[in-house]
Amino acid sequence: MNKVLEKFVESLLKMSSAVTGITVLLIIIFLFKEGLGLFKSSTVEKGYTLVVNTQNPVNRLTAVEIKEIFDSEIENWKDVGGSNEDIRIFRFDEIFTMYSDEELGEDYSLLPQKLGEIIQSDSTIIAFLPLKYVPKNMSGIKELKTDIISTSDFFLGTIWLPTATPSALFGILPLVVGTLLVSFIAIVIAIPFGVGVAIYLSEIASERMRKIMKPAIELLAGIPSVVYGFFGLVVVAPIVQKVGGLTLGETAFTGSLILAIMALPTIITISEDALRNTPKAMRDASYALGANRWQTIYKVVIPYASSGISAAIILGIGRAIGETMAVLMVTGNAAVMPHSLFESVRTIPATIAAELGEAPGGGTHYQSLFLLGCVLFLITLIISIISEKISGRKIIKE
Amino acid sequence: MKKSILTAIVIILTLSGSYAQKIKGSDTVLPLTQEEIEAYKKEKPSASISVTGGGSGVGITALLNGTTDIAQSSRKIKFDEKQKLAEAGKAVKEVIIAYDALSIVVHPSNKVSQLTREQLEKIFTGKITNWKEVGGDDMKIIPYSRETSSGTYEFFKESVLKNKNYMNGILSMPATGGIIQSISQTKGAIGYVGFAYVTDKVKALNVSYNNGKTFIEPTIANAKNKSYPIVRPLYYYYTNLSAEGKSFIDFILTPKGQNVVSKVGYITIK
Repeated sequence: MNKVLEKFVESLLKMSSAVTGITVLLIIIFLFKEGLGLFKSSTVEKGYTLVVNTQNPVNRLTAVEIKEIFDSEIENWKDVGGSNEDIRIFRFDEIFTMYSDEELGEDYSLLPQKLGEIIQSDSTIIAFLPLKYVPKNMSGIKELKTDIISTSDFFLGTIWLPTATPSALFGILPLVVGTLLVSFIAIVIAIPFGVGVAIYLSEIASERMRKIMKPAIELLAGIPSVVYGFFGLVVVAPIVQKVGGLTLGETAFTGSLILAIMALPTIITISEDALRNTPKAMRDASYALGANRWQTIYKVVIPYASSGISAAIILGIGRAIGETMAVLMVTGNAAVMPHSLFESVRTIPATIAAELGEAPGGGTHYQSLFLLGCVLFLITLIISIISEKISGRKIIKE
Repeated sequence: MKKSILTAIVIILTLSGSYAQKIKGSDTVLPLTQEEIEAYKKEKPSASISVTGGGSGVGITALLNGTTDIAQSSRKIKFDEKQKLAEAGKAVKEVIIAYDALSIVVHPSNKVSQLTREQLEKIFTGKITNWKEVGGDDMKIIPYSRETSSGTYEFFKESVLKNKNYMNGILSMPATGGIIQSISQTKGAIGYVGFAYVTDKVKALNVSYNNGKTFIEPTIANAKNKSYPIVRPLYYYYTNLSAEGKSFIDFILTPKGQNVVSKVGYITIK
């Protein structure tokens, strides 16, 4: 009977690990499957196209050119290789101010016809229309060729304007740089504090002190991140603004400060455990050789615990990179390449959280957010591989 | 025994679920719908209506999928959304339940008290970057925007920016509360929020839509008589409605329901 139970529990354990493994794998496959579709999409919004008059010599526009034309930053055709004429922008909705629904016929059957007439009559027009209503077999009009979103546009582009119509721009470089910058500075702030507190708690503090401090620090980990964000926006941002003499308080540095506070409990708890795991025999041996307390800490305890401490730091970095809500609230979320620490930045998790809600399912914006998730996943994967390497190396040295 | 109790619970839950009227969509309309339901339940305690947010687009998608009875929206239904509903054989009906107006707000110490639409467009598209260009102090302008998922973001882009894109790298906040907080502590800031959210921590600007001929103060009265320009309707969309849903919408349109509208800080339809 006992044997059967044992077998049962064993298979249960086996199954749960298999389920976990498969779930992780499925999530990764899902992430990449949704994201990679982006590189097959046209730069112009799905289901829409750009139409011009055949007299217009322009045949092809890049995503940036399209954006600048529709923002009235480019106002003359000669700037994009056409003749010297002012550009007239025509958005699809304008047709409804020119004709009533009755004039457009039942089920909008006359709509393509009317659109065609407008385009035929103006050689300077550029019209942004749903593919469905592009007039077919009509002379005098032509569709513009547009590019497919390329990997270099995505990874090296510096403009993130995912909702721009007709042509959205998905340059993730500012987001990647923003994420790495905020996390890196956060960890630079958190390491000396965290490791310092861990050494104090494990080596110097009295038992009573430790009993009070440790739960207090662990409590820090229990505060919801949105509370940290609120605290950052209302308290830390004005202080950063005042002390730094800045025009605004929502900067990368503010985000780093908050993230540093949030990473502290992880770093402190894990490195303190590692430090305390140093065998008593090692310490005693050190004292027996005549080393004082500082020498023992510095030469024996810290080297022994170093792999645990690096693991703590790496986990802290992981926490900082993936943190969403607090960063969303304090960094100002401006998607520009940061030139200094005291400028607003937009991070990858904040972008996904803020934009996924309204991104139409399956569209380019949606796909680009999934791809951002893939990028974030790869960054954390690299970090955990590095942490494996570091802790592995130290153990061999022992 | 246990099993039968469980099935009974499941059946009761699904039954009550199927009778409840579901409303879904815009977060701007959400507080209003909640208050309306409260008021409606006082009249009809047996009524069962549930409401969830998520954004205008989410609501209309849910209407298309049939997972909601009414979609609440802070923008007009888009042409292609209407087409998709028509393809699914659903004729969509529209009711305006209230109006919402946007205020342009700045830091209270800012000398500027009025702007034209053209100036606002240039500020939010990054063409004007210093307050002295619009009659203020020599100070950098810091425009704040809402996140792209917000219906307010879309409406402001349509009405004030005339469909141009916001400047690259505009500061964006996930919620209206964040905008108020940031503007109240940043001297050169400018942003936009719904009327109901304006507090004395920020200053609301007068706006002109006729190139500076007249500047209109953002007050409820001005929004009501349509002289204040940045006003948008709040909609309910539905395809076919049960008696319960119909009587709820009728209730909102009665003077009692419209009282709730002004209590929440929106503008009544009459």
